[in-house]
Order: sequence, then structure tokens, then C-alpha cells
Amino acid sequence: MDSNTPLPNGTSEVVLRAKKLNVYYGSNRAVRDVDLDISENTVVAFIGPSGCGKSTVLRCFNRMNDLIAAARVEGSITFRDDDIYAPNVDAVELRSRIGMVFQRPNPFPKSIYENIAFGARINGYKGNMDELVEQSLRKAALWDEVKDKLKQSGLALSGGQQQRLCIARAIAISPEVILMDEPCSALDPISTLKVEELIQELKQQYTIIIVTHNMQQASRVSDHTAFYNAEATEKGNKIGYLVEYDRTEVIFQNPAQQKTQEYISGRFG
Amino acid sequence: MTAELRLSRSELWQPNRNKNKLVENTVKAITAAFAFVSVIATFGIVLTLIVETIHFFGVVSPLRFISETRWTPLFSSAQFGIIVLISATLRTAGIAILVALPLGLLSAICLSEYAGVRVRKILKPLLEILAGIPTVVFGYFALTLVTPQLLQPLIPGLSGLNALSAGLVLGLAIMPLVTSLSEDAIYAVPRSLRDGAYALGATKRETIIAVVLPAALSGIVSSLILAVSRAIGETMIVTLAAGQTPNLGIDPTVAVLTMTAYIVQIFKGDAPAGSIAYLSAYAVGMTLFVMTLLLNIFSFWFVRRFREKYE
Ligand SMILES: Nc1ncnc2c1ncn2[C@@H]1O[C@H](COP(=O)(O)OP(=O)(O)O)[C@@H](O)[C@H]1O
Ligand SMILES: [Mg+2]
Repeated sequence: MDSNTPLPNGTSEVVLRAKKLNVYYGSNRAVRDVDLDISENTVVAFIGPSGCGKSTVLRCFNRMNDLIAAARVEGSITFRDDDIYAPNVDAVELRSRIGMVFQRPNPFPKSIYENIAFGARINGYKGNMDELVEQSLRKAALWDEVKDKLKQSGLALSGGQQQRLCIARAIAISPEVILMDEPCSALDPISTLKVEELIQELKQQYTIIIVTHNMQQASRVSDHTAFYNAEATEKGNKIGYLVEYDRTEVIFQNPAQQKTQEYISGRFG
Repeated sequence: MTAELRLSRSELWQPNRNKNKLVENTVKAITAAFAFVSVIATFGIVLTLIVETIHFFGVVSPLRFISETRWTPLFSSAQFGIIVLISATLRTAGIAILVALPLGLLSAICLSEYAGVRVRKILKPLLEILAGIPTVVFGYFALTLVTPQLLQPLIPGLSGLNALSAGLVLGLAIMPLVTSLSEDAIYAVPRSLRDGAYALGATKRETIIAVVLPAALSGIVSSLILAVSRAIGETMIVTLAAGQTPNLGIDPTVAVLTMTAYIVQIFKGDAPAGSIAYLSAYAVGMTLFVMTLLLNIFSFWFVRRFREKYE
């Protein structure tokens, strides 16, 4: 298989498509020439050594890079065939359709209820708020643990619960895609397992891109895996690039690239 | 392995433990002495206040102090209604807070969230200059410029000395304090929280109002309370611009006598030492002290209660 195959499986619809994506921080190019198709209702894992640009690419999909003054994006990303970097696209609106869960749980210093209601409210949700809160917490497998203390601060929960609250908060605004940047890296193994189970559940309804440096996690939860690597430039900094993108079992059992093979068998660097 | 290395070259390692201890103890003693000085000073001040206040209340009952409605310590039929002075202080301080809170908070938000590097570079030093101006200059400014040039044309019949002008200028004087402390509080809100809001499709305004400001609330409130303490304790501006006329009520357009201005008036020599009017200044000082103390206790409690802990 070709190293930059954008679409490993041509059966379902493409939700997100990156073409010749290059990201710069100031004058440093952090990521070069990423071509990638994400198909509907799949879980795509981004793996690779740290600093190879996984988070950077992920943040391009909901334009969170706009908030970093030095960041600049070249190339194109289409979301259901619309260029999300087109001048008429409102990043605020885009982010309400492409949700994000961060590496460290970051619940708002508000009640559990308000943590979820906030996103719904700013996006003009007119339905029954109590129901939405309950539904979102149920989907995030958190309802049973918090149903008696919805008025308590979200910060009073454990780390694993906080992360599921953040997932609930993201689901509450009915996004089409959920981006997760190492959502389990700050969690204990049991919470990690719960979040992984949750991802399996959510896959039915959402397209999910998850960055992880845990290869077991990638092989457990994802359908497709993109392996990124970084190479040093003559200037001395590193540029990340997409080495290989394929169905997860291919990446882990029969990768086409030597680099991938080395990385997944732990013989790296 | 390290131990072996150390042993094998032990002649190179000869710490002088006794000397270290001596230096350590000397430093401890010096710092303790300085700490002690401030404790003694505080006790001394509070003790003087208490003793003289007790003297005062031996002559004028506390009931008279809180229930009378006129403040005439130098009259033969003297009255000591502290409410008169408090009402004056509340007028100047209240107006000052009405000015300083919105201006200070807005400029803090502007500086921390909206201003680019260049605007910050101009605004921050300007605020520091404003904070560094002696209050006597502010008082002069209120008396000679704000009252006659700005306020009297707008409000016919406004007295030359009045609470309004003093309050407005006092507000300007304490605004930098509100700005700088609120900005610190806003700045301390972690970036991850803002990102969380943006990732839900919040606009900048929604993020600031619904996430950043509530998260910074305890810091903002404590900056506000510090500003209130400053405002009620400020002396020069109110002495110069608000006047020396005891005046009970809520009207800010008349000349008033604030607690601090009264204390100045007495110790400037209006009352013979040891007289009852002289002693009354201590009772007024005590009242100020108690008010400020209560504010600080409230602030301490509030911050402890509402501070959010982020890792
Ligand atoms: N906000 C930023 N400003 C400047 N450089 C950044 C920023 N974020 C990431 N980078 C750089 O971009 C490269 C890729 O980083 P990142 O996307 O975080 O990698 P990964 O998530 O794979 O560990 C790194 O060299 C990093 O130093
Ligand atoms: Mg990362």
C-alpha cells in the first residue's frame, strides 16, 4: 500500500478530508503534507512519538489552532465537502459541530449540571435542559455516579469522572465529530477502561478521532490508525509527517512501512 | 557507588557544619527581630486606639455614639452621632467604588483578554503612573478642576466642597488597584478552561462572561474589598474636596465630613489635647479600624470559600 493512502476503506462517507496540510508555528513548520480522509462513524487513532504533530493536526479540524497566535495552516481541510478554512466559515460555528476533549480534564468551575448546560445554552438549545443533561450524562456513562449531586462542582469529581463529564459536555451539543487528544493520559487504568468502553459506544453515533500514545489503546478502540513520525530538518527542528494510514489491524499486524513496523514493535529511536 | 566516590576523595569534602549553623541561626534571629517589630507596632497602635477609645466611652456612652444624629463635638451641647461621619464616608467611598469597579474591571478584561502587545505596553505603565500619583494631587485636582470646571456647570447649585467630586476622583485614584488585582485574577484562570469553552463553540465574549470571570471571582471580589478599604481610609482627597461640614444623609452634592477628615481636623489642632473632642478622634479611628477589619475578615472568608483550586 502507498504510504499516503488517504482512505483505507472506501465504503462509508468521508466526513473530514485533509489535503496537503502544512502547519507552521511562527517560521517553524511543525507538520508537512498530511493527506487524510476520515470516514463516517469510525474511530481513527493518531499514534506516533511525542512532538510529531498529532495534537497539531487534530487542532486543525476544529480550528483550535486559530487561538494560537503563532500558528498558521496551509493546505485544505474539508468537512462534508466544505472548506473549513474558507473566509466565510465561522470557526465558532464549526466548533459546535466538531467537539473536543482535552488531554487534561478541564471541567468548568461550575456545577455538574451547568458544565453541560453551558454549551447547550450558548448554542441556542431550546429543548428541555434537564432531559439533555441526563441524556448526555447517561451517554457518557456518568449518570449513575452523579445523579444525586448535579448541583455540586464539577471540580469535586475524580479525574476519571471529570474526563467523562468533559465528554458528556461535548456530546451535549450534538457534534458530528469528536476530537480527543490523549483523553486517558491523565487517568488511572480503571477510568481509562471506562473511557475506552465509552468510545466504543459513541462510535455508533459519532465520528471520533483520538490521539493516543498508548498503542494497546489504539488497537483496542480504533478502526483506522494513522501513524505519524517526525524527522529532523537541516535547521535542527523537527517536522512531523504522516507515515502510514490504514485499517488498524493492518497497521498493527502488517504495516507497509518499515518505520511503522519499528514503532509498533517498540524498536524506535 | 556515589558513596564510594565520596569516600575515596574524602579530603575534598569538608563541610563546616558549625559555621553553617551559626549563619543559619543569625539569619533566623535577624528576620525574627524584624517580624517582631511589625507585630509590636501593630499591637501598639491597636492598644493606643483601644485605651483612648475606652477613655472616650467613659465620658460619652456608646449608646449616644450610635444613636445621636448630629456630630458637634466642639459645641457646648456636644453630640457624637458617628452615623453622621459614616454617612459621609459611605457617600465618598460608595461613589468611588461605583467609578472604580466598572472602570477597573473593564480595563482588566481589556488588558488581559483583548489588548494586543502594543496596547498593553502603553496602558500598563499609564496605570502604574496613575497609581503612583500622591493622593494630595488628586485632592487638588478634584477641588480646583473637577468641581468648578466639570461638575458645577452640570449641576447648578453644587457646593464648592462636595462628596460627589471627592468620590469621583477617589474612584480614579483607586481604579489602578482594582485593575491590577483583577487582572492578576483573570490571568490566573488557566488557558485550558478557555479552550474548553471555545471548543464548545463559545464566542470570546461568552467565554469571558460565563467561564473566565466566574473562575476569577474570588480574586476580583478580594480586589474590590481592598479597594473599599482604601476608599474608606483615604484621607487627603476627602479632606481637600469634600469639606469639613458634618452632614447626615445621602445627598452627595453637599459638603460632608468623613471619618478620616474629622481625624485630620482634630489632630491639626482644632481641639485641645485631652479634651473630649480630642478623644472622640480615637473613637472614630476605632470605628474605621473595625470597619476595615470586618471587610478583611469577609474577604478572607469569601476567598477561602469560593477560590477554585486548579492543579
Ligand atoms: N502552541 C505552540 N507553539 C509553538 N510550537 C508548538 C505549539 N504547539 C506545538 N508546537 C510544536 O509543534 C510540534 C508538534 O507538537 P504537537 O502537535 O503537540 O505534537 P504531539 O501532539 O504529537 O506530541 C512540536 O515540535 C511542538 O514543539
Ligand atoms: Mg499532543
